[in-house]
Amino acid sequence: MERDNHQAGQAQGVSFCDPPSESNPPAETLATSLCLLGNHMFPDSVERKEEISTGADKEEPADLHQSDVKPNEQSVDAELLSNQVKKLETEEIETLEELINESTQPTDRDAEDVAMDNDQSDSGEFVVTMLAKAKLEEQGIGVKGRSSPLLEAGIQESPAFISHRDEDVTADSWRQHRKHVFVLSEAGKPIYSRYGSEEALSSTMGVMMALVSFVQSGDNIIRSVYSEEHTVVFLQKGPLVLVCVSSSRQSEDQLRGELLYVYYQIISMLTQASISRIFEHKKNYDLRRLLAGSEKILDGLLNLVDSDPSFLLAAVHCLPLASSLRDSLSQILQKAITPNLVFSILIAKNQLLTIVQEKTVIEDTRLEPADVHLLLNLIGASSAFQAGEIWTPICLPLFNPDCYFYAYISYLDPPECTVCLLLLSTDKEAFYAVAECKRKIEEAMVAQNSLSLIAKAQSYSVSQVGVSDLRHFMYKPFDVPDNYRQLTQFTSPEMEAPYSSDEEKMRLLDLYRYMHSRIHSTSRPLKLIYHVAERETLLAWVTSKFELYTCFSPLVTKACAITAITKLLRWIKKEEDRLFIRYPPKYSTTPNPSKSSRGGKSDQQDTTDNGFLSLL
Amino acid sequence: MGETLPRVPKGAKLRSDTWSRPVRTLRVKMVLLGSSGVGKSSLALRFGKDEFRTASPTVGCAYLTRVVHLSDVTLRFEIWDTAGQEKYHSVTPLYYRGAHAALLVYDLCKRETFIRAQVWLKELEKHYIPGSTVIWLVGNKGDLAQDRQVSVQEGQALANDRGLSFTETSALSGDQVSELLQAIAHRVYECIGAQQGGLSEWQETPLVDLHRKGTFNPFASCCKVGP
Repeated sequence: MERDNHQAGQAQGVSFCDPPSESNPPAETLATSLCLLGNHMFPDSVERKEEISTGADKEEPADLHQSDVKPNEQSVDAELLSNQVKKLETEEIETLEELINESTQPTDRDAEDVAMDNDQSDSGEFVVTMLAKAKLEEQGIGVKGRSSPLLEAGIQESPAFISHRDEDVTADSWRQHRKHVFVLSEAGKPIYSRYGSEEALSSTMGVMMALVSFVQSGDNIIRSVYSEEHTVVFLQKGPLVLVCVSSSRQSEDQLRGELLYVYYQIISMLTQASISRIFEHKKNYDLRRLLAGSEKILDGLLNLVDSDPSFLLAAVHCLPLASSLRDSLSQILQKAITPNLVFSILIAKNQLLTIVQEKTVIEDTRLEPADVHLLLNLIGASSAFQAGEIWTPICLPLFNPDCYFYAYISYLDPPECTVCLLLLSTDKEAFYAVAECKRKIEEAMVAQNSLSLIAKAQSYSVSQVGVSDLRHFMYKPFDVPDNYRQLTQFTSPEMEAPYSSDEEKMRLLDLYRYMHSRIHSTSRPLKLIYHVAERETLLAWVTSKFELYTCFSPLVTKACAITAITKLLRWIKKEEDRLFIRYPPKYSTTPNPSKSSRGGKSDQQDTTDNGFLSLL
Repeated sequence: MGETLPRVPKGAKLRSDTWSRPVRTLRVKMVLLGSSGVGKSSLALRFGKDEFRTASPTVGCAYLTRVVHLSDVTLRFEIWDTAGQEKYHSVTPLYYRGAHAALLVYDLCKRETFIRAQVWLKELEKHYIPGSTVIWLVGNKGDLAQDRQVSVQEGQALANDRGLSFTETSALSGDQVSELLQAIAHRVYECIGAQQGGLSEWQETPLVDLHRKGTFNPFASCCKVGP
């Protein structure tokens, strides 16, 4: 444990992105903070080379071994320990005071920067406390769930922490999670942690914030930290800082993309405008107050991100359906409308059946796949929907990050609850009118026996393609014909043997993620990759028309694979009508100007404005 | 409002005979308010379907219906089960506006939820004239009475003090839940139903669940239970 304070000099490979700032922070201080973080996250960091990357030169570590994290030995002699802690504390404070002093001496910066520096000096004390606390915690003194001085007094409406929220953050099992995600405010306040309670992690998050603001003080932005087994990726969005600590071998860009989904999910619940407003008003606001009860939604999102390739491909997966059935469902939705209704979405088994948009909306913009993912996750993560009809404000961050839609959500097949209807309106008072639309839809679906037809619909098997050696694929067309500005979609068969177990599924997804990162590499993008892996052969191909990932049995030759892909593409072409939502249906809801709403306020719009226009 | 003539809504001819009962159906808007995790959704589920399931936090607001038959009237409760989470507080007035009955639910094992219920009461009192809304204080989780932090006397005292009704329930065991709904029904009908224009009559729209059940039963209730 004594080794901790000798680490400072050992960290190497610190590099920053554009432009190389004159006031590069003293590597030693930064390294100290890094090591603190490292010690908490991965206790064997002494022997490891640490590399901070903030720019283009990223190199993925070559070996793919499992992490062998050494257990953090814990002393039993409490007295000795606390003495050590004291000693360490003082040392840290000294180092950090240097840091703070440096950052509070602005030379010729503009007013904004100065203001920022002031904040930093405010938070300086906090950083010191936090680092000292990190020490405590790292040595096993930290007690989970203890109250933190950071928490505002009086917010004791504690959300029910469930399962992994009670995890002991000092335990090895906590460190061994494949992917940690943390969300904190610029003041270093914990907002969310995927594993373990935020209170117990406040010190760790404090260290993260120290890193962020330290690099910031040098007019730079920290982007990532690479160690042998972990990649730490930072993302700053407005007043929020998101950090991912991953041992999944994904590329930095992929991890950052996932953090962005987390950010968007938070925005979908609170809107960007209200988050900025809150933090403008009160820098050290505890955002968990507002997110209480939503942890499950974020947990669900992160699980989906790990297991569902839709997020990686940024495309939606729709349930294969005979085009006649899909058309009839679309027509049902098209007929059940009410003023200010903008989107009608039908979902089965968490996949899209059909989606109908208001005409004006579809002309001006389109629904982004990410917004659909967030909606699907919201529905999937809340069993409460099964109880009745839901009416809730929801923001679609990519459509408009500052405004709320009002979502009506109801299952059409209780008690099974597999077919879900989602109607989005811009009018918060429209519940009864929108619920009436559902009645109409329900009525029409019963008349056409749609529910039993939907129940029969299922994903397809790769064997239907009729190409031997082909085990699995993901195909994402950039533009489905006749579907200009259509929602980006992809198609993929069920994962079957040998990818039926969760571990194997994850392994295949990891291979796809690797192929994806090579294709989309910022430094050296590729168009075609033929990759012979240990137990399978993969081929990824991107053209101006599509992006394709295929997985073959291991002994397939390159020529065979190319032939197989030609056959596959022919098959997809033939099945296109069934695999994708084509011909985007539209409707026109007569605008009802007096009832338009925006951003949750009931301000009256002028008569030329019609609900959704105010959202654009 | 006074007449109890049978009504035959347009387009619902098939079911016209069910309307020959000389009983009116009145709409009652009921809202459940209270902190996160006190059991509002569980209570609503008990009201609506008499089931218990471990609920996850409500998103926005859930809407359920339940029909209660009184001797001379049928009340169709439209239950708005609001989310207790703070992020939805700004939209909650949307749900409690115009409510005939408001249930202030607290968890009798958590004192802070009892305090929070009083905050909700203040909020309600700000907007409503006494008499237009029946407010009911509900101490839930009676099955966990061994961990009780709020005594029956305290609840009762608050209710007496502010002119509310008071009940302790357990959504888990179902204890006192149906009794509560019956009591609310009676109180709402006595207090508001008698007033001119207090409760509006519910008219079945022609589209509502004509085909919901596989077989058509002319003697079925004109109102479905639950959504």
